Amino acid sequence: MSDTIDKSMICEILGSIAPEADFSTLGGSEDLREALDLDSMDFLNFVIALHERTGIDIPEVDYPKLRTLDGAVLYLSARQG
Amino acid sequence: MPALGADMEAGTLVEWLVKPGDRVKRGDIVAVVETQKGAIEIEIFNEGIVSELVVPIGAKVPVGSLIARIGDTGVAPPAVLQAAKPAPSAPISSPPKRIVPPQPAVIAPVGAMKISPAARRRAAELHIDATTLRGTGVDGAVTVADVEAAAAAVAIAAAPSPRKAFDPAEMRKAIAAAMGRSKREIPHYYLTHPIDLSLALSWLERFNAAQPVSSRLLPAVLLLKAAALALREVPQLNGTYADGVFQAGAGIHVGWAISLRGGGLVAPAILDTDQRSLPELMSQMRDLVQRARAGGLRSSELASPTVTVTSLGDRGAETVMGIIYPPQVALIGFGMIGARPWVVENRVEPRPAVTVSLAADHRASDGHIGALLLSAIERLLQEPEKL
Amino acid sequence: MSTLITYREACRQALRDALLSDPKTFLMGEDIGRYGGCYAVTKGLFDEFGEERVRDTPLSESAYVGAGIGAAMVGMRPIVEIMTVNFSLLALDQIVNNAATIPHMSGGQFAVPLVIRISTGGGRRVAAQHSHSLEGWYAHIPGLRILAPAVLEDARYMLAAALKDPNPVLIFEHVMLYNNEGEIDPQVTSVDIEHAKVRRAGTDVSVIAYGNGLIKALAAAEALAAEGISAEIIDLRVLRPLDTPTLLASVAKTRRCVIVDEGWKSGSLAAEIGMRIAEEAFFDLDAPLRRVCGREVPMPYAAHLEDAALPQPADIVAAARDLVRPA
Repeated sequence: MSDTIDKSMICEILGSIAPEADFSTLGGSEDLREALDLDSMDFLNFVIALHERTGIDIPEVDYPKLRTLDGAVLYLSARQG
Repeated sequence: MPALGADMEAGTLVEWLVKPGDRVKRGDIVAVVETQKGAIEIEIFNEGIVSELVVPIGAKVPVGSLIARIGDTGVAPPAVLQAAKPAPSAPISSPPKRIVPPQPAVIAPVGAMKISPAARRRAAELHIDATTLRGTGVDGAVTVADVEAAAAAVAIAAAPSPRKAFDPAEMRKAIAAAMGRSKREIPHYYLTHPIDLSLALSWLERFNAAQPVSSRLLPAVLLLKAAALALREVPQLNGTYADGVFQAGAGIHVGWAISLRGGGLVAPAILDTDQRSLPELMSQMRDLVQRARAGGLRSSELASPTVTVTSLGDRGAETVMGIIYPPQVALIGFGMIGARPWVVENRVEPRPAVTVSLAADHRASDGHIGALLLSAIERLLQEPEKL
Repeated sequence: MSTLITYREACRQALRDALLSDPKTFLMGEDIGRYGGCYAVTKGLFDEFGEERVRDTPLSESAYVGAGIGAAMVGMRPIVEIMTVNFSLLALDQIVNNAATIPHMSGGQFAVPLVIRISTGGGRRVAAQHSHSLEGWYAHIPGLRILAPAVLEDARYMLAAALKDPNPVLIFEHVMLYNNEGEIDPQVTSVDIEHAKVRRAGTDVSVIAYGNGLIKALAAAEALAAEGISAEIIDLRVLRPLDTPTLLASVAKTRRCVIVDEGWKSGSLAAEIGMRIAEEAFFDLDAPLRRVCGREVPMPYAAHLEDAALPQPADIVAAARDLVRPA
């Protein structure tokens, strides 16, 4: 299942991990782990959700590219082909 | 009402998941109780048939109060025809002194259950079998109130109300009480030790590369497993201390510290941590985190930890010097995993490392024992494939 | 003008009003004139209205009740006083076989617009022959209307309504009520003689009572409220015909019922009321019906024994509590 990969999709997924966060003020280049207080478990759940939502396989070595909204959109869009 | 933590005094019954007449077996979840630490699912450890839900939804009762009755035989079946017991026939040889007439067939009277007319009518309206209820009316008759209470219990069970997320203020109070008590009563001693994780992390990288995203492991799993296995070698640190006596844990059930969004901390147990494979532990940890945040932890998880492990993950501080959660005797802490200068054969090079710390109850163990644990953890983490 | 009044005074004012408003009314009874009445109800009326309108009778209930029936048949409006229900037995044949039947037996040619006031009940330490509560017997007789005023407004205004009734009406005044004093409601200027009345609304149990029993039931309701039990107290007011709809509506709400009757339990008015509820509100009942009645003994003379033989507030409380919170 592939949805349109954009910021709102990413925020939707993040919303299930950090339900109390205000995504309207989240900057595109902010480190998500800092901004949303995500620990390694949260981040892994985020990656898993991205994988399940987009069907894209994400090797561990690429995790750092997903640390910002812009980075995540860029990476996933490129991988979607 | 079970004790779901050392300092719990009372709990509020918010949901019944069974109703009178249901058969339950060991491990079934029967109710949800609201505590300072959020909503906890209560498991039952008996088998039988639920005969009575004693406490209504919303009632706050002290730990130890009766909340339900589980019977062996449960519901009496209607109108049981019992076979007549034949009188023992006199042996033919001896002269019959007296003929004992056979006992007449005993039929349990169909109308033995007392149900008031109004209750019968209400039960029919609500599709409740009034004959399964225990009556509180005159002469033990089932009343309208009894029927309506049963219907309410069924309704709640059928349509569970959304569970309240934990109340941070209450959680804070609970933590304050437990930690305050711990520092007052437990003479803590502290040991720390740095551990080279290069072997562990490179093994992990290779393992994860071959796994789909959802099966990958976090470094914390390795740390947890190492701690659990180390406790097999040093059982003096796995158990509880009460009334001047240390009681070794029957198994190694590590309470995994989970911080909750919005502030708060719970440490539900992973039963038999030392016996679980790494993937098993990983999925257990994920499940616990999800349920801790959504309010679905189980009573057995909160009541049974024999030791607690806390890990700061990859952000935070180098070392964690924790406070033991009573009545346990140890808290194992893992600081941030990060690159450190490491001495290797007279050279200094960067190695990924973690500082493990032990907070231990000096009444139950001494520094020597504590040091044995930490060096065991270090050793185990050098052979990650064996974890 | 003060609204503080005794039950006795309310009865007297009712009689005085009757004498003033209709020249056809007159009073008849033993010691009601010169003596002022055995219970002082008619005190002063002889002086005000004279011996034609306030007539002392010989000591013969059968004779003067019969005379009253005759007077009513020819268009007078006699108000006969029988000193107590105990003595009414001597006029039973007149009441049951003449007053109650003449309109029927005459095919309506004769009406009997007779009012008989009768005091009733125990508690005055006058022992077995003088303490009966037989209004339940009279409530058994077709052709009679039976009233039991318990509150001041009914004592004051039931008589006027009874006088308008073209058929015989018996008004039973409980002897222990005469001294009751209270504020009469100045807004009330008439009452009906058809309906029972809910004197205190409640939700847990219906208590049905009349006469002095009502006063005791109200006291019991206070005690029950202190225990967290909400009792609905119904004043029957009219013992024949019974206002069954009011009783049934109450039981439908509370699902439990206690009936208070000073008469002896067996064959009592309470038995009739209980049976009607069982017949018509069976499926509303969440608990058995209960009665609080006089003990089935000839009324004792000794004060403590008489008190034990009569229904008391504590008995009503216990019966109600037992239905709402069975032990």
